[in-house]
Amino acid sequence: MAKAHSHEHDHAHGHQDPEQLKQFGFWLFMVTDVILFSTLFATFVVLRGNIAGGPAGADLIEMNGIIVSTFILLTSSFTSGLALLSMNKGNKQGLILWLAVSALLGLSFIYLEVSEFVHLVHEGANIGTSAYWSAFFTLVGTHGLHVSLGIVWITSVIIQIARRGITPATKRRVNIISLYWHFLDVIWIFVFSIVYLMEVM
Amino acid sequence: MASHQQNEHQAHSHGSMKSYILGFILSIVLTIIPLVAVLNDMFNKTTTIVIVLVTAVLQLLVQLLFFMHIREEDGPRYNLISLVFAVVILLTIVIGSIWIMTYNAVAV
Repeated sequence: MAKAHSHEHDHAHGHQDPEQLKQFGFWLFMVTDVILFSTLFATFVVLRGNIAGGPAGADLIEMNGIIVSTFILLTSSFTSGLALLSMNKGNKQGLILWLAVSALLGLSFIYLEVSEFVHLVHEGANIGTSAYWSAFFTLVGTHGLHVSLGIVWITSVIIQIARRGITPATKRRVNIISLYWHFLDVIWIFVFSIVYLMEVM
Repeated sequence: MASHQQNEHQAHSHGSMKSYILGFILSIVLTIIPLVAVLNDMFNKTTTIVIVLVTAVLQLLVQLLFFMHIREEDGPRYNLISLVFAVVILLTIVIGSIWIMTYNAVAV
C-alpha cells in the first residue's frame, strides 16, 4: 500500500517516474523534428514558384497515387493505435499482429512514394531541375526517410516482443513507436495539404 | 495491489477502441473534405486554401487528442508545453519566411 501511495505521489509531481521521463525525452525529439520539418516547409513554400522554365508540380503530379498513400498512412496510424490497445489488454499476439500490419502499410506507402519519384525523374523532374523540385524532393524525401526508419524500428520492436513478451521496457517502446507513427501521419497530412492539394488546385 | 492499480491507470490513459475508431473516422472525413473541394474546383482560390489549411489543423488536433492522448498527461504537462514550444518555433519559421520572401521574390 505504501508503494502504491509513493507511486501516486510521483505522478502528482510529474516526471519522476523513469518510464515517463523517457517518454518525455521522446517528446523533445519530436520537438526537434517539428523544427526540422518547419524549415523544409518554409523553404518549399518560399520556392514553390521558382520552376526555372521547367515542369511545374501540377504538370507531373498524379493525385491518384498520392490519395491512396494518404489513406494507407491514415489507416496505419489507426492500426498502431490498435496495437497499443492490444498491449494494454496483455494480448501479445494482437500486439504483434497490429504492429506488423502498421509496418506493412508503411512499406506500401514507401513503395508508392518510390514509384512516384521514379515517375517524376522519368518525366524530367529531378532534384536539380529547379528550386521548386529541390525543395519538393527534400521535403517529401525527408518524410519518406522518417517512415523508412519507422519501419525498421517497428520491426525491431516486434522481434523484441516476440522474444521477451510484454515487459515494462517493451511496453515503453511500443508507446514511443506508436507516438512516432502518429507524428509521421501528422507531418504527411501537411505534406499532402501544402505540397499536393495546393499544387493541383 | 500496486501493479493492479497501475494497470487500471494505463488502460485509462491510452484511450479505448471507441475513441480510436472515432478518431479514425474523423481523420478520413477531414481528408475527404479538402480533396473533394480541390478536385472538383468547388470554390475560389482563397476559400480553397482556407479549407485545406483548416481541415489539416483539425486533423492535427484529432491525432493529438484521439491517438496521441495529449489530454491524459499526469502532473505538470511537460509534453504539452514542449508541443506549444514546437508550434511557436514552427509558426515563426514558416510565417516569418513567407513574410520576408514575399517582398523579395525573384519569380512571382
